[in-house]
Amino acid sequence: TGSSCESWDVKLLQVSTFAVDRGNFKTCDQSAFCKRQRALKPGQSPYRALLETLELSDSRLTLQLINDNNKVHLLLELYRLQGNMTRVKINELKPLRPRFEVPDVLIAEPPTEPLSVLSKDDNGVVLSLGAKNQRLIVSARPFRLDIMQGPEVLLSLNSRGLLAFEHLRLHKDTDKEEDGLWEETFKSHTDTKPNGPTSISLDFSLPGVEHVYGIPEHADDLKLKTTDGGDPYRLYNLDVFQYELYNPMALYGSIPVMLAHNTQRTMGIFWLNAAETWVDISSNTMLDFVQGSSEKPQTDVRWISESGIIDVFIMLGPKPSDVFSQYASLTGTQSFPPLASLGYHQCRWNYNDQEDVKSVDQGFDQHDIPYDFIWLDIEHADGKRYFTWDPHKFPQPKEMLQGLMDKRRKMVAIVDPHIRVDSGYKIHNEITSKDFYVKNKDGRNYEGWCWPGNSGYPDFTKPEMRAWWSSMFAYDQYEGSMENLFTWNDMNEPSVFNGPEVTMHKDALHGKWEHRDIHNIYGLYVQMATAEGQTQRSGGVERPFVLTRAFFAGSQRYGAVWTGDNAAEWDHLKISIPMCLSLGLVGVSFCGADVGGFFKNPSTELLVRWYQTGAYQPFFRAHAHLDTTRREPWLFGPENTALIREVIRQRYALLPYWYQLLYQAHKTGMPVMRPLWVDYPKDTATFTIDDEFLIGSDLLVHPVTEEGSRGVTAYLPGAGEVWYDVHTFQKHNGAQNLYIPVTLSSIPVFQRGGSIIPRKDRVRRSSACMENDPYTLYVALSPKKFAEGELYIDDGHSLNYDTKKEFIHRSLTFANNALTSSNLCPDCNFLTSSWIEKVLILGASKPSKVLLKMDGKETPVDFEFDTSMSVLTLRKPGMNAGADWTLLLQ
Amino acid sequence: MLHLGTPVEIQRPRGVPLTKKQFYVENKPFTCLDGSRTISFDRVNDDYCDCKDGSDEPGTAACPNGSFHCTNAGYRPMFIPSSRINDGICDCCDTTDEYNSGAKCENTCKELGRKEREVLQKMAEITKEGFLLKQHLIEEAKKGQQEKQSKVTDMQGNKKQLDEKVEVLRTVKETAEQPEKEAKERHLKAWEEQKAAIRLEKDKAKMAEAFLELDDNADGFVSVSELQSHAELDADADGTLTETEAQGLMGGAEQVDTSTFESVWPNIKDKYHSEVMETPPDEVKEPVVDNDSEPYPEDDISEEEDEEDEDDYHEDDDKVSCGCVQAPPTIKTPEKNHEDEEAMPSYDADTQALIDAAQKARDDFEEAEKALREMDDQIRNIEKELSFDFGPDAEFTYLYSQCYELTTGEYIYRLCPFNRVSQKPKYGGSETNLGTWGSWSGPENNKYLLMKYDHGTGCWQGPNRSTTVKLTCGKETVVTSTSEPSRCEYLIEFTTPAVCQEPANTDLSPHDHEEL
Repeated sequence: TGSSCESWDVKLLQVSTFAVDRGNFKTCDQSAFCKRQRALKPGQSPYRALLETLELSDSRLTLQLINDNNKVHLLLELYRLQGNMTRVKINELKPLRPRFEVPDVLIAEPPTEPLSVLSKDDNGVVLSLGAKNQRLIVSARPFRLDIMQGPEVLLSLNSRGLLAFEHLRLHKDTDKEEDGLWEETFKSHTDTKPNGPTSISLDFSLPGVEHVYGIPEHADDLKLKTTDGGDPYRLYNLDVFQYELYNPMALYGSIPVMLAHNTQRTMGIFWLNAAETWVDISSNTMLDFVQGSSEKPQTDVRWISESGIIDVFIMLGPKPSDVFSQYASLTGTQSFPPLASLGYHQCRWNYNDQEDVKSVDQGFDQHDIPYDFIWLDIEHADGKRYFTWDPHKFPQPKEMLQGLMDKRRKMVAIVDPHIRVDSGYKIHNEITSKDFYVKNKDGRNYEGWCWPGNSGYPDFTKPEMRAWWSSMFAYDQYEGSMENLFTWNDMNEPSVFNGPEVTMHKDALHGKWEHRDIHNIYGLYVQMATAEGQTQRSGGVERPFVLTRAFFAGSQRYGAVWTGDNAAEWDHLKISIPMCLSLGLVGVSFCGADVGGFFKNPSTELLVRWYQTGAYQPFFRAHAHLDTTRREPWLFGPENTALIREVIRQRYALLPYWYQLLYQAHKTGMPVMRPLWVDYPKDTATFTIDDEFLIGSDLLVHPVTEEGSRGVTAYLPGAGEVWYDVHTFQKHNGAQNLYIPVTLSSIPVFQRGGSIIPRKDRVRRSSACMENDPYTLYVALSPKKFAEGELYIDDGHSLNYDTKKEFIHRSLTFANNALTSSNLCPDCNFLTSSWIEKVLILGASKPSKVLLKMDGKETPVDFEFDTSMSVLTLRKPGMNAGADWTLLLQ
Repeated sequence: MLHLGTPVEIQRPRGVPLTKKQFYVENKPFTCLDGSRTISFDRVNDDYCDCKDGSDEPGTAACPNGSFHCTNAGYRPMFIPSSRINDGICDCCDTTDEYNSGAKCENTCKELGRKEREVLQKMAEITKEGFLLKQHLIEEAKKGQQEKQSKVTDMQGNKKQLDEKVEVLRTVKETAEQPEKEAKERHLKAWEEQKAAIRLEKDKAKMAEAFLELDDNADGFVSVSELQSHAELDADADGTLTETEAQGLMGGAEQVDTSTFESVWPNIKDKYHSEVMETPPDEVKEPVVDNDSEPYPEDDISEEEDEEDEDDYHEDDDKVSCGCVQAPPTIKTPEKNHEDEEAMPSYDADTQALIDAAQKARDDFEEAEKALREMDDQIRNIEKELSFDFGPDAEFTYLYSQCYELTTGEYIYRLCPFNRVSQKPKYGGSETNLGTWGSWSGPENNKYLLMKYDHGTGCWQGPNRSTTVKLTCGKETVVTSTSEPSRCEYLIEFTTPAVCQEPANTDLSPHDHEEL
């Protein structure tokens, strides 16, 4: 839902231009610690490693650092982690009070590998990082770390001397009275800063790297830009009303993970800190010692956070997929969503009442458009009291849900974390009596203004609070809920309309920790507790589905993310691609943008193009602001209805592929929607592409995102590879820029030669209705007449795939004129009634005969051959989708 | 596949309507209905799509563009998309679409048929009665229209007469005003002359008085030094009257006697202050022309003065019938000091008679003109009403100048057809305009099914409010529901006999089913 301002800030009534009010949000200069840190000059590091303090246990090295200016000692911890990662922790040796370390993000304490000292002298220590000739050099004066592989420096820490650790101190011991150390005011809000300055910073140099990615969420290009002369990229979860594009301003979520890539290697830096964080990026060159005098490009990155400790994971790749699995091993993978949630979602702020829901539902059937979920925004609740229903508009929620269930469809209702302060509201009373609210600095319940008016904010950092919250989703607690009702967590940055930067005061208290310390992880906890509640209500049997707006590292484990309150503008359609690509790179695969644009009314052309783009992005939901005109897919004339119907049908036909990719993401951490460079890491032409993308490895999509477009130029990667237009089956060579003329019905999509994609071409009104339908296999042959793919099948909604291994996972391979299905999980156990109705082989030659080999028998299979496009169609081979079989072309 | 309960069911492939049965002949090759290809009959309904048009799979979900026919005996036969065959959802009331999905469907055709017949019957009754009412409405509207038309015609005739009358009275008025004007001018002139004489007299007396006063030593001469004692006569306003200045005032003479003082007096009389108590310098009042009591005839009002006010005045006049209009703008000068002993003498009897005659002519003229204006307004209003599109047979005429209300939980909605729609909070608060009459906006074949009201009060960051009124046949004219499907776009459902269609001469027996 919407954003903050309209209901409370009447001043904005006059400012109806669709742009963020930048004055509401801080620049680095207005954030005291950022300003202080950024004022430091490189090359003057006061830190020195005290080598004599080095201690090495089997897998942990500790070493003290001293700041020669103030004699404060820091403790450096180094770990070699399994899977080619290094962890560097720096904290005060003896802090005045404990400093915050972020819990609940790592799925477990990362397993370590032994470290050993190779050599040591007065200048430093050389450690072996085990595998592949990797070494870690600790330099003493100034302190510096270099990670080497052979003669090559992969990455250096504090090489520019920007390590800066503001130690905890007493106010009376502050040597100089500087602005913003013990108090800071922004607009009318004063941050009392009882702990004084606590910020930390560290720089990283990446020799040979020109391309860095990640650190979402920003409305910016995929490739991160240098921040010289401007603000750093900011990570601070904020409800930004009408956000602007192509700038480093903070948005709703923060994932402090950056990827660095060149043709040789991909690496990642994971800065585990939940406080307000700024990231500076500059592009430099350094002398290449190995190559002699030639200059080598280099990217320097500097992280600055307001509090906490330095805890950084260096993921050394070297392949993109290695970095994904390394990050997944730390923070977990994308949750495996119910199949239905990969279908189309129809949302609006708001569907007015039960009648409205019913008539929209009927509209889809009348116009023969599939959909799986209809959504209710904040107006559905009684006075914005979440977990309740407006008694006039939604008097019979179960009747409504049953109506949807009869059509095998589902619903999502919003549950936001701000709780109406109202002694007649059960949720508020229970939170109050259990003392679960966040406190203000004086220890009273923190209250802020949000949709319901005066609201409290449950302290989701408390495990007991989360457990209680989860229990509220039980069917007997959440009145009117049924098993086809799912949840949407909005405003969980948290949004506080009358708070500083529309969020919570930093001196508010979560137990003993300040909001300052935990801010960026608050939203993760909300989704975590909600998803857990959904799992619990089914007795741990069903998969949850929860959408969130705010997120942090690890949020991928709890559901889907969308890019917040965008606008019905062409540039917002374009930016949806890099925004979701950036999220995919750092673990969040289940990403989407509001189709049609949230604010304003889209032109019909923009709406159609947005459906065409959104249908090929992981989370596919149309949404619209309360003040926009209705835009259900059939309201724009029969021709546009047909265009939208067609693309939604394409989405449904591809659901088996999407589902399999989500399964893969869940198992391996591989992103579903990917930048081209992930699969073509040596092709520099792909490094900055963010107007097209891959779905898995096998589909390449170049959506039309220009108004009035008559053609697009798509880059087809892969020298020596071929791509097939999925609509015409025309074959194109890889490693070329292909001009594609387009009309309003065109969606340029290509299948990679060498791949096999299973589809369900019998599209029905919801994904559940297609459960038992047969598959068609699209076998796209490589120039070497080879292809491979997978087929994943389970019940689509339960956790039995995990708990009971109830799934089918097949490998499909076409080689030597034979297409074979073999079992990837022999000890799995699931029965499907789906069968193979058709096999299309693209780029084939005409066989004389086709035989199906199964159960030791051979039976002939009818086929047709289209000479013009070289497409061989095998008619109704008919084998069960879970069986072993081979189709022989003779 | 046979429905045991319906022995008349004619055997044909599943999902084929009777009308297409002849294309599906058992054991003969089947040609796709688009003629694109011919396949063996065992490929019909074999759960694989061979025909581009989907015609080989009328009974399975194999073809993306196919359709399935359910007979729905007892209710209406229908086609559903093939994708709804065996999808677990009961679409056909005869359950034939779910033959292999495990869905538990019940045959509801009889029940549906019964309900439909009931609804149809009810509808038919309403339509019938509504249509009768509509005939009355049409008659009345036509009558009313004719009446109005003839009224307008009459009024236009009357108006012509009135026009002439106004012209005649204008001439009468102008004729009467001429002698009035002349007589008043004469009177005024005489008064002016008389005043001039009096003024001269007074001046002389003052001069003599001043001479005596100035002649301090009473030698019969006013000298330069004597004059200098009157500093107020100082010409350069430096506070002192120098000798040279005084001499200048005296025309260069050292002293003057009473007769030469006559030429000095005009130089000093404006500034001269008597030393003794004196009435203030006596300015003779301009005669107060009594234009308050004599409104100018309209044509005489000077343009630059009051044209705008005059327009406003008349606009107000249209609406405000009471006499509480703000003071006419012609009242400019407040009552001047009428204690002025030198007020103009009243008119003589002859002049007064002329004035009275002119006033009567003016009154008569104005009255006639007002009547003309009123008639114009009436004609305009009727013509405006006649210009509305009240439907092909003027059946919507009766809605004109009526308002219909519906009270919902929060608001009172008010629909005044051909005028405006508004919404008012039930428990106090100001009214919001939801749109003023725009146009009929139904579909091309019957635009009279929807009314559009637009340009209502603006919405925050949104459009101006607008309302669509959906008209359905009903015996009563009533607002049945209101909603806001999109922010600031309202929908009102409104029943009226005026949209009831002539009932087709149908009997209400169930449809003739193919099987029956």
